[in-house]
Amino acid sequence: MGVAITGMGIISAIGHSVEENKTSLLASKSGIGNLRHILTNHSQAIKVGEVLLSNAELTRQLHLPEIHNYTRTGLLGLVAATAALENSNISDCSTYRTGFISSTTVGGMDMTEQYIKQFATDVTTQKYIATHHAGDSTQKIADTLGINGLVTTISTACSSAANAIMLGERLIKAGKLDRVVVGGTDSLSKFTINGFKTLMIQSDALCAPFDAHRKGLNLGEAAAYLVLESDTVVQKEKKDVLAYLSGYGNANDAFHQTASSDNGEGAFLAMQKALEIANLNPDQIDYINAHGTATPNNDLSESIALKRVFGDQMPDFSSTKSFTGHTLAAAGAIEAVFSILALQEQYLFPNLNFNTPMPETGLKPITSGIKKEIRHVLSNSFGFGGNCSTLIFSKA
Amino acid sequence: MKKVYLNTAVNISAQDTFDQEGFLNETKELSGKTITANYPNYKHYITPANLRRMAEAVKMGVTAATQALKNMAITQPDAIITGTGMGCIDDTEKFLNAIISNSEQFLTPTSFIQSTHNTVGAQIALNLKCKAYNNTYSQASVSFEWALMDAQVLLQQGEAENVLVGGYEELGKEIVTYRRMMEDADSLGIQVPFGEGATFFIVSSEKTENSIELMDIEVWSKISTTSIQDNIMRFLEKNTLQLSEIDALIVGRNGDVFDHYYNLTADLFENITQLHYKHLSGEFYTASSFGLWTAYEILSRQEIPKALIFKGETKSNKHTILLYNQFKGRDHSFILLKR
Repeated sequence: MGVAITGMGIISAIGHSVEENKTSLLASKSGIGNLRHILTNHSQAIKVGEVLLSNAELTRQLHLPEIHNYTRTGLLGLVAATAALENSNISDCSTYRTGFISSTTVGGMDMTEQYIKQFATDVTTQKYIATHHAGDSTQKIADTLGINGLVTTISTACSSAANAIMLGERLIKAGKLDRVVVGGTDSLSKFTINGFKTLMIQSDALCAPFDAHRKGLNLGEAAAYLVLESDTVVQKEKKDVLAYLSGYGNANDAFHQTASSDNGEGAFLAMQKALEIANLNPDQIDYINAHGTATPNNDLSESIALKRVFGDQMPDFSSTKSFTGHTLAAAGAIEAVFSILALQEQYLFPNLNFNTPMPETGLKPITSGIKKEIRHVLSNSFGFGGNCSTLIFSKA
Repeated sequence: MKKVYLNTAVNISAQDTFDQEGFLNETKELSGKTITANYPNYKHYITPANLRRMAEAVKMGVTAATQALKNMAITQPDAIITGTGMGCIDDTEKFLNAIISNSEQFLTPTSFIQSTHNTVGAQIALNLKCKAYNNTYSQASVSFEWALMDAQVLLQQGEAENVLVGGYEELGKEIVTYRRMMEDADSLGIQVPFGEGATFFIVSSEKTENSIELMDIEVWSKISTTSIQDNIMRFLEKNTLQLSEIDALIVGRNGDVFDHYYNLTADLFENITQLHYKHLSGEFYTASSFGLWTAYEILSRQEIPKALIFKGETKSNKHTILLYNQFKGRDHSFILLKR
């Protein structure tokens, strides 16, 4: 059955809590719109899934002192991680061997890109010199949660959070931890906006995953964390289980630094491994929360991989990136929360903005919300560097 | 649970370490703010077209990884796991500076593409066409240790037999100067140059002639000076080791005020052979992988180079080594190696 998930927390463009995210998903309400918090030449040419709260508002909400050196990545992460622990009714992290596994792509880039040219001369900006590295936000969040032991950050581009969740389960299974908070956080930055711009895979319209005329992705920012607990802890503390993480797979496409292979080999292998670990047949998957970034390359490659795994018996699938944008390192955790919500609500969230199936595969995602019996959900996360990961969540 | 072994170790550092004949017989004294690695002849490992494109971290990482695989005649490892604190900082700075100086115009994707932390692991996989498990850790001074621990779990659980594990860091140009500036402004700051390098190991559940056992590894985000001795004692007890059974203690001294952690640790032992290495490697987030390389070589060769000795006598038989590293009192790691 896998390891129990007993808590979750999230902040994204469609809400600042699990409840708000659920409401938006059930109402088919996307959070993608115009950029507000970042000054860039490209603001008219892109649509983004931005968290509405400013850094000052996040600071107040978190009761942090006015002067601190949290990056936005850290602030978003702290909101979601604190909420996950609360959701799991954990007030003291020292009672069990508790770990924290986060993930991020750009770490403290949001501050670095603003202040790098002032570091040498402006003393007030120097507090951000040490916050650039990926582990900084992780350390700060772990300290606030009171987690002192196994604390780490995974950075495998857009599959990062899926790998963080996977590692959490493996460490519990290996007996190194009793309980672990897993997930990821990434804030929007000029750096990533310009990076994706150079790759010409950013759409100026609302993204349309799996559509024949898809023009590219919308970037997003978000953070989400799950609490995983061993069976012993669940029994001893009589915990409510939200869902189980029943399968996981990690493979590399080994094809190109940024592009996915024509036959979706890495994605295919990751899904196969996850099904194997979960001891499930493809026909037992009731819903797929696809990676579905809405880039021409990803959606075709993923579709081909899906067809290789599921053949003609394609389960209902959708990409919720049409709600949140592509939240990079955090995406795997955001979509884990959505997968668990699907299991709890017995409801499939739609793929927004889809009109025409792509001619190569003819696959049609679900385009409106459906009430349905769901026992197993498969969630994909793929990244630059060929890093492909799949998670399977099962009903509690 | 299966035992875990280090079967080969390849190191690129500020010293002449890539050539595997000698072992720190002649060392270079490091001085200055930063120190570049002594780069090997990459041409034997990387095609000219790739060499032009790759930043130093990728070149060092791919080269060290390739040599490690070659040493064990492995063409397809069961997993590729890397650790890096700052990631591909050179391309990151390059792309960021292009954004700033060109006001977000006329940008090309190359440095952005190569700026992600997983670039080295991805390049190795790409070169080998290796579709196996692939992961990258970035947690300051325990980035490499997490890669090693992930491998340990894979091997102990029987999910892999041979895992390629490495730590790497490149200096970059800009953020490192600001980090140095902050250290130099602090009289209690880091006293060795900031450095760079790459170390790769084949970590395996199969014992070979050159195997050194990785008995255990522990990482801690936070330990106070008042509890460090207890943590070390518990780590040894867990591995049913007496203090007297440790033949050498290798610690990550860098001359800053947090070396106190190492003094407290050394105080536990009577007449311990205490070794250090950051005066040879420089300080960087994955410098501890240089430390582990020295431990591997000491145990295989039964020889302790003079340059590593901080205090104490060299014992004739060297069976068990304890390594301890931390960075500014955070991200502590303990590793036990046994011959």
